Amino acid sequence: MMGRIHSVESFGSVDGPGIRYVVFLQGCPLRCAYCHNPDTWPLAGGTEMSAQELFQKIRRYKPYFGEEGGVTVSGGEALLQPEFVRELFLLCHSEGINTALDTSGCVLGEAVLALLEETDTVLLDIKMTTEEAYATYTGGSLAATMAFLQELHRRGIPTWVRQVIVEGLNDTPEDIQALNALMAPYDNIVKVELLPFHKLCRSKYEKLGIPFRFDCYPETREATIRRLQPALVLPGKQYKGRRGGCLNRSK
Amino acid sequence: MNVKEQWKGFQGRLWREEINVRDFIQKNYKPYQGDESFLAGPTPATEKLWGELQKLQKEERARGGVLDMDTHVVSTLTSHGPGYISEELKDLEKIVGLQTDKPLKRAFMPFGGIKMAEEACSTYGYTPDPEWHKIFTDYRKTHNAGVFDAYTPEMRRARHNKIITGLPDTYGRGRIVGDYRRVALYGIDYLMEQKARDLANCGDGTMTDEVIRLREEISEQYRALGQMKQMAASYGCDISQPAANAREAVQWLYFGYLAAVKTQNGAAMSVGRVSTFLDIYIQRDLENGTLTESEAQELIDHLVMKLRMVKFARIPSYNELFSGDPVWATLEVGGIGVDGRSMVTKNDFRFLRTLENMGPSPEPNLTVLYSSALPEAFKQYAAAISIRTSSVQYENDDVMKPIWGDDYSICCCVSATQTGKEMQFFGARANLAKCLLYAINGGVDVKTRQQVGPELKPITSEYLDYDEVMHKYDLMMDWLAGLYVNTLNLIQYMHDKYYYEAAEMALIDTNVRRTFATGIAGFSHVVDSLSAIKYAKVKAIRDETGLAVEYETEGEFPRYGNDDDRADDIAVWLLGTFLEKIKKHHTYRDSEPTTSILTITSNVVYGKATGSMPDGRKAGEPLAPGANPAYGAEQNGLLASLNSVAKLPYEWALDGISNTQTINPEALGHTEEEQKKNLVRVMDGYFDQGAHHLNVNVFGREKLMDAMEHPEKEEYANFTIRVSGYAVKFIDLTREQQLDVIARTCHDHM
Repeated sequence: MMGRIHSVESFGSVDGPGIRYVVFLQGCPLRCAYCHNPDTWPLAGGTEMSAQELFQKIRRYKPYFGEEGGVTVSGGEALLQPEFVRELFLLCHSEGINTALDTSGCVLGEAVLALLEETDTVLLDIKMTTEEAYATYTGGSLAATMAFLQELHRRGIPTWVRQVIVEGLNDTPEDIQALNALMAPYDNIVKVELLPFHKLCRSKYEKLGIPFRFDCYPETREATIRRLQPALVLPGKQYKGRRGGCLNRSK
Repeated sequence: MNVKEQWKGFQGRLWREEINVRDFIQKNYKPYQGDESFLAGPTPATEKLWGELQKLQKEERARGGVLDMDTHVVSTLTSHGPGYISEELKDLEKIVGLQTDKPLKRAFMPFGGIKMAEEACSTYGYTPDPEWHKIFTDYRKTHNAGVFDAYTPEMRRARHNKIITGLPDTYGRGRIVGDYRRVALYGIDYLMEQKARDLANCGDGTMTDEVIRLREEISEQYRALGQMKQMAASYGCDISQPAANAREAVQWLYFGYLAAVKTQNGAAMSVGRVSTFLDIYIQRDLENGTLTESEAQELIDHLVMKLRMVKFARIPSYNELFSGDPVWATLEVGGIGVDGRSMVTKNDFRFLRTLENMGPSPEPNLTVLYSSALPEAFKQYAAAISIRTSSVQYENDDVMKPIWGDDYSICCCVSATQTGKEMQFFGARANLAKCLLYAINGGVDVKTRQQVGPELKPITSEYLDYDEVMHKYDLMMDWLAGLYVNTLNLIQYMHDKYYYEAAEMALIDTNVRRTFATGIAGFSHVVDSLSAIKYAKVKAIRDETGLAVEYETEGEFPRYGNDDDRADDIAVWLLGTFLEKIKKHHTYRDSEPTTSILTITSNVVYGKATGSMPDGRKAGEPLAPGANPAYGAEQNGLLASLNSVAKLPYEWALDGISNTQTINPEALGHTEEEQKKNLVRVMDGYFDQGAHHLNVNVFGREKLMDAMEHPEKEEYANFTIRVSGYAVKFIDLTREQQLDVIARTCHDHM
């Protein structure tokens, strides 16, 4: 099974539990106004690689993974290549490597459900808290993300929720309350992270000749994140997981 | 069995019967598994003295890097009366002793070379006594004069063209670590008795060159020991007998080290593995109630303060090689014994703590002998100190211990040596990148146009053929290895003859083992260039004389630093091949040849002298330091880069494989807890694969940029960073080197 890879990063420390090998896949159905990697949008492009080939690279990093670390597949949108990711995760599990998906949760079909069978942790980006804002700023649908979250809950997959905070757009206490309300029913959410909006990607947009829609917003200050953080309510504070961490862990 | 009052409470027998510090340590140290919560902060005395010293350091910087210089007295063990950080505060100094009679005053040391000693003075506006010029020119020969008397024209040409470079022919070779612990454990009188015995037993009466030389050396060592006693007596200390308590142990040991830095201005003047040893004395005093934790920390703080004050008068060409005034007062903590017990003691925490009690500092060059099996709390604390101060380096105890045992010291930046049993002949570097260009151009240097190497037929094809290049490179390396080793033989001979390290050798076994340390510069550029020739198409651009001066590379090729075996195999091959060629040759005093991949900051000046390379590096640009991948070559992040370096077998580079990495704090984790945990994991993974060394820096590029533009800001006064092989205050680097540090890949993926 071949996949389309945008790039890899051997040292991810904030993309899931422990130290992660992060794979960025090519292709994304959303068009988020603040997207940091517009070069991952088109489905064509990237480098073709087989799951086996990629796995051979990943297993070289086992000495660093320890008890928690492993591989995180991000994007683009990882759910656009579910069969490929599933095969990769199966290979990882065959050697006890923990697997994580970093996704917006915008796709849910049979292939994705099969992929979730092999997924230990999900980093779920809840991009906007109203259907209207979601459509306006990402071109996608909040309902899809919430349906995906429901499925994660049903399966008991530990989930980290993330949201990019843009000053002047979603940085009020009311915005955080709205996010809390969305998350409240799901006790599989074990971590919530607010990420500051950056504009380091501006040059990428220029190179691609695509307008950077959020260029008009300022970069989010650390202080803003610190101010909002305490208002977050973590639904899964006591969550121990309904299935223990990594499948087939042989270490 | 030898019984002394000062040894009360100590266990073991062998170390009483012979000089055997390792046995003493193994029989008496107490491993510590706990965390750092027991540590004490700085005492008022420490704060006062450190405040005073910081004032002096500030003034030193304001005066262009040198506070004061001696121009009248030639430095010997007994040349200067006692000196203190400040006359008014001298009663606060728990550990005393300065190189000269005043703090940060640099000694006049002409035995390595009178011209250099004079140039060092004149560079900073001082004029040495003209009498010394006459004496050291007309009556007393120096090391430098001896070397240049014997050099062949070929050696001079190779040196001038910098294919062999950074040679210790204009400065002290250093890298000899006296076992300074012996002064504390045995006292000088016993050490003198033993040396007298060695002299009596030296040779069977047949006066071969070897025997004559050794007899003279032992006599010099014996004399140096006597002078150490005199020197200590001038501070009111009688070191003829063993140290009776912790304060004396630290003080006696420091006098031993002080003897070394009063008489030698070697490039590296290491302190050695003293932490666990000193803990035994501290622990005894803590247990018998004569010392508190705060007083124990004060002793270590004051020792470290003294080590932060060691200075030498250097010439500009030295500063280009080793920027920022380093002395490599390298000092080790951590490690695991041969019996499997952790050698981490509370004292190892105390030494790390000095970086908090008195802030970050490049010296002493604090080195953690790392193993994933070290106590978790210690690993976490070391990682925390790295994150806060970027002042610590890590070396893999698991690969060094099988070779050097569990009582080795780091004698320079990264190179191991058995404490008190071995010495090293330091021999700088051969520029293998330049050698590759010689292979292509038939031994002609593109910078100077001189015929330096043998006149092999140059390669004339438009596109470089891998097999042809490899064949020529092999021949050119043969030539270089032979010339390099022989140049070093000659330098070491003269150093022994004219600038013998009597004080350090007095604290090492008479029957000493010697290693012969060669080194490689330009490593990653050779690897990437060969990979380009092999996997892409490299076109040579020749000038009107037919010399290949530039290269155009078409197509992709794998680069060292991405965990790609296609490139990394070339790296392993290069190291093995060079070592094999070095080993063919006779080495001075039957020393064991080793090699290293470490360049210190000299990668900048080596790069200046090196032409454009097939890997895309342009003429004059800095080489990548040590074993680091080339700038911009790492496309897959930090761990991929570490995996590439970890493939180089330490067994083939026993002199060390230096790797320097800078990690953005945000890329390491959101909180310090996470950052500590992740840094420990990174090191566990890296060292478990057999890698040798890692310099860890934790800061962002923005901080470097700001420090370069605003060196006057208070926060940057002690801003310390790790560079290849040592630590340095960033603002003390030349602008060129600051830019080089900034240009290097910063691992800041988020």
